Amino acid sequence: MLRFIMNRLLVVIAVALTLSVVAFFLLNIAIDPAQAIAGEEANFLEIEQVRERYGFDRPIAVRYLEWFSGLLQGDFGTSYYWNKPVYQLILERIPETLTLALMSLSVTVLVAIPLGCAAALKPNTMIDRFALGIAVSAQAIPNFWLGLMLIILLAVIYPIFPVSGDKTLYHFILPSLVLGTSSVPPVMRLMRTGLLEVMNADYIRTARSKGYFGWKLLIRHSLRNALLPVVSVLAVQLGHKFGGSVITESVFAINGLGRLALESILGADIPTVQILVFIFAFTFLALNLFADILNVYLDPRLRK
Amino acid sequence: MNIINKLTAKKDLRDMTPSEVMLRKARTHKGFKFGLGLLLVIAFLGFIAPLFISVSPFEQDLSMRLLPPAWVDGGTWQHWLGTDGNGRDYLIRILYGARISMTIGLGAACVGMLIGVTLGIIAGFFGGWVDQVVNYILTCQLALPGLLLAMTIVFLVGPSILVVIVVIGALHWTLFLVVARAATKRIRSLDYVTAAQAIGASKFQIMTRDVLPNLKNQIIVIFTLEVGVAILSEASLSFLGVGIQPPTPSWGLLIAEGKDALFYQPWLIILPGIALFLLVLSINMMGDGIRDITDPESNIE
Repeated sequence: MLRFIMNRLLVVIAVALTLSVVAFFLLNIAIDPAQAIAGEEANFLEIEQVRERYGFDRPIAVRYLEWFSGLLQGDFGTSYYWNKPVYQLILERIPETLTLALMSLSVTVLVAIPLGCAAALKPNTMIDRFALGIAVSAQAIPNFWLGLMLIILLAVIYPIFPVSGDKTLYHFILPSLVLGTSSVPPVMRLMRTGLLEVMNADYIRTARSKGYFGWKLLIRHSLRNALLPVVSVLAVQLGHKFGGSVITESVFAINGLGRLALESILGADIPTVQILVFIFAFTFLALNLFADILNVYLDPRLRK
Repeated sequence: MNIINKLTAKKDLRDMTPSEVMLRKARTHKGFKFGLGLLLVIAFLGFIAPLFISVSPFEQDLSMRLLPPAWVDGGTWQHWLGTDGNGRDYLIRILYGARISMTIGLGAACVGMLIGVTLGIIAGFFGGWVDQVVNYILTCQLALPGLLLAMTIVFLVGPSILVVIVVIGALHWTLFLVVARAATKRIRSLDYVTAAQAIGASKFQIMTRDVLPNLKNQIIVIFTLEVGVAILSEASLSFLGVGIQPPTPSWGLLIAEGKDALFYQPWLIILPGIALFLLVLSINMMGDGIRDITDPESNIE
């Protein structure tokens, strides 16, 4: 177990390192940082001055090492666009994104798991078709459009929810519905196929023959095993929610990391963007690792 | 009598060639037929219909701004779906949007297929450390926040249709890789690959002539689904302002432009969204259908 975790941890560190290189080089080659700071109208001389002042005239590898050693010491750099330390910008915005991610994950769980169970318990019936229809539609619906539709319907025509903003938890309900919907199809399908498989297993037949049926059978015997893969997929989906927050946060004007990312990109603010890319990637990796460990912990068959 | 009919029907099936079986499955698969039909209608509306309409999607008429669709009060049959904030005919803009979406979807899926299938075949064929290197690249790609990176690169490089295609394609190849690798691993231990090796075929020949053609069915399924994903990505990028730029009528961009009129002219958002939904829905249903049809295990029914 310990060795498994150590191995996985090494991979995570290696990937994180690679991604930090990719993010840094990609962003610093695709755009001239000196040009970005000096602005569109700056002439050659001004750009050169900026280049010298910020040290952009040194080789990119040197700048990367400087940036990365700073990162390790907790120095995330300074944003050109906001004129603030990047870590401060990010700290301010984490609560909104975290709230959104967790609330939308709850939406996914509350919709996908019961629906997947119902579909698996009564395959090829109306319920099953309905669940499949939901999954197919949710996959084809553009996220931002769903958000705007909900605003039109539930905030403008029937003013039940606020149009946008992030002041109270109430403001987060519509955005969570939107972001949660995007994870419903994969989770629901996995729940359905997993449960169908388990229901055909020998030990379920044994439990049936002992007189268990209905909800008791589902909760005490089949659901436990069928949930194992779902749990790890949920952890992965939570990672997607951080990265996917860009669209939802800009539709609903939530001041989270996603909106910060969009604003930084539009402001060509490389220091903030590269940290955000790194943070999103690292969160995803960490959640994946967590999912793997959780799986081994929950399923004794995987322990050796 | 009924039973005899069933028996003869089954016998027919046994005499059929694989392609005849597939064709028959395709004819009886409701989802596939619906998806293909809807897709053909949208393709016709996007590529053929505009040839017969003389209105330009860029022509502005400021005296006719923000007209609602014809069937709503205040609409005219001169502009069936109304006009946008600059007085441009909305129907023709939405029709042109279908072209943009389909072009980008197909293009990006091709780019992704090229990267993913190549890496997948190489990893599956050679195995060993090559496979591990490819697996490492895959892990890195999966961890990258795709949308965020796409936004950044498109914005920094300068948005154009070609850039959007390449960037979206370069970020959506993981499924191709996983599927191609698994299938290649299975195929490379089959007898005909050994036979090809025995008569002296080079590795490259085996990969392109023996392995690749046998991946066709699985790749087509992934390709179809990735076209849908790419179309939604393009719409998201354009919606956020870092994809297709005005005045080109991309559906994502139309929705972004309509957002300002959210409170009083919601159809500016509703209409392109429905178009987008129907296009992706048709493609996904077709992809699911092809998966069922090409799967030799699936039942005909």
